[in-house]
Amino acid sequence: MSRIIITNLIRFVALIFIQAFLLKNIGYYSLATPFIYILFILLLPFETPNWLLFTLAFLTGLTVDAFYDTAGINAAACTVLAFVRTIFINITVQRQGFENEPEPKLGIMGFRWFFFYTIVLTLFHHLTLIFLEAFSFSELKYILIRFILCSAFTVFLILISEFIFFRKKER
Amino acid sequence: MRNLWLLLSKYNAFFLFIIFFAISITLLVRNNSFQRSGVLNSSNQFIGEAYSRINKFQSYLNLAKVNDSLAAENARLRNQMKNSFFDDSIEQKTVKDTVARQQYVYIVARVVNNSVHQKDNYLTINRGKRHGITKGMGVISSSGIVGIVKDVSNNFATITSLLNNDTKISASISESHAFGSLVWGEGNYNPQTALLQDIPNHIIIKRGQHVITSGYSTLFPANLQIGTIIGVRNKGGESFPDIVVKLNTDFSTLQYVYVIRNVFALEKESIEAHSKNNE
Repeated sequence: MSRIIITNLIRFVALIFIQAFLLKNIGYYSLATPFIYILFILLLPFETPNWLLFTLAFLTGLTVDAFYDTAGINAAACTVLAFVRTIFINITVQRQGFENEPEPKLGIMGFRWFFFYTIVLTLFHHLTLIFLEAFSFSELKYILIRFILCSAFTVFLILISEFIFFRKKER
Repeated sequence: MRNLWLLLSKYNAFFLFIIFFAISITLLVRNNSFQRSGVLNSSNQFIGEAYSRINKFQSYLNLAKVNDSLAAENARLRNQMKNSFFDDSIEQKTVKDTVARQQYVYIVARVVNNSVHQKDNYLTINRGKRHGITKGMGVISSSGIVGIVKDVSNNFATITSLLNNDTKISASISESHAFGSLVWGEGNYNPQTALLQDIPNHIIIKRGQHVITSGYSTLFPANLQIGTIIGVRNKGGESFPDIVVKLNTDFSTLQYVYVIRNVFALEKESIEAHSKNNE
């Protein structure tokens, strides 16, 4: 139990650090800026109770907001992300399997499931994020292009990082 | 109550989502000036758009009222213009001559209405009864004769133009002193020419000869220029040819005219009427 908390804490700090000090400065103009910190919420254990999941997601978003000077945008996007995560997991994962598969990881859940999981959650997160950021429908073309490029970039980075820390299912 | 707790626990994800999302949006709108102004602006934009659309319709409804007010304003402004005031000064040139008694008095008048393209043309001048104009007076311009006063009101008078079928003016050819009457119409509707009729056949008519008033009528003094002869139109079987006269007066640009008052007109007419009665 404490191992899980420590792992997640380290992951949280590392991801926020990467997001705030590295990825904030990376981007294809303002069109494609990756938001890899959502990996922390993606990788929370299945057993996480909903109130904790939402609180953690909200706090994560708020932390990133503090670095980005955008109070509320990332927090709202992360809340949406957490909500979509609960629905997605409810639909695709049997509750009995939680014993064997404690965390939604690439090595545990398999590439196909994890790929879809990442894509769906990233799309929802980025959709919320970018529309709240633009806060209007006047530049719809720019918003859509930014949405697609950002999502592709983020999904790509998440998959890469998951392959780096790849661990085969231990039984 | 228990059911409510059940509902809350069953859909806790959704309620948590609602709570946290609301908190985030509140934070977003309260702390970010761009989004705050965005909220206000979009509402302003919406309200402004609605107002402008409604205004568009209202302006159509008010169009008649606006038109009336503009017309009233136009009338008010027109009243202030100089040319809306009636020029009441009367210019009568009276020559004080102790040797010869003056027979003709000239009253200057401005043409306020004119036409040249009708079958019967009339003019209106801004002088009337108050200025000593009576029916039947002759009217000339600086270059030639214009017509005869037809009707007189207090401030205005209408003139039967020379370009009218009813006008018949006694005229003569200055070189031969033959006299006839000048008419317009009768197949000639050019405002620049008139016909001189009743000149006997034996009179030699040449182009360029001048036509002047004869002085036989009480309307015009003698020897006023009317025009020049530009041709003869022979009518088959008649002894009197139609002489085409180019008029000196350009009726289409007439601005000022002089109304002629013949001081002796009454006397002349009465003696002529008397001799006619005696026949």
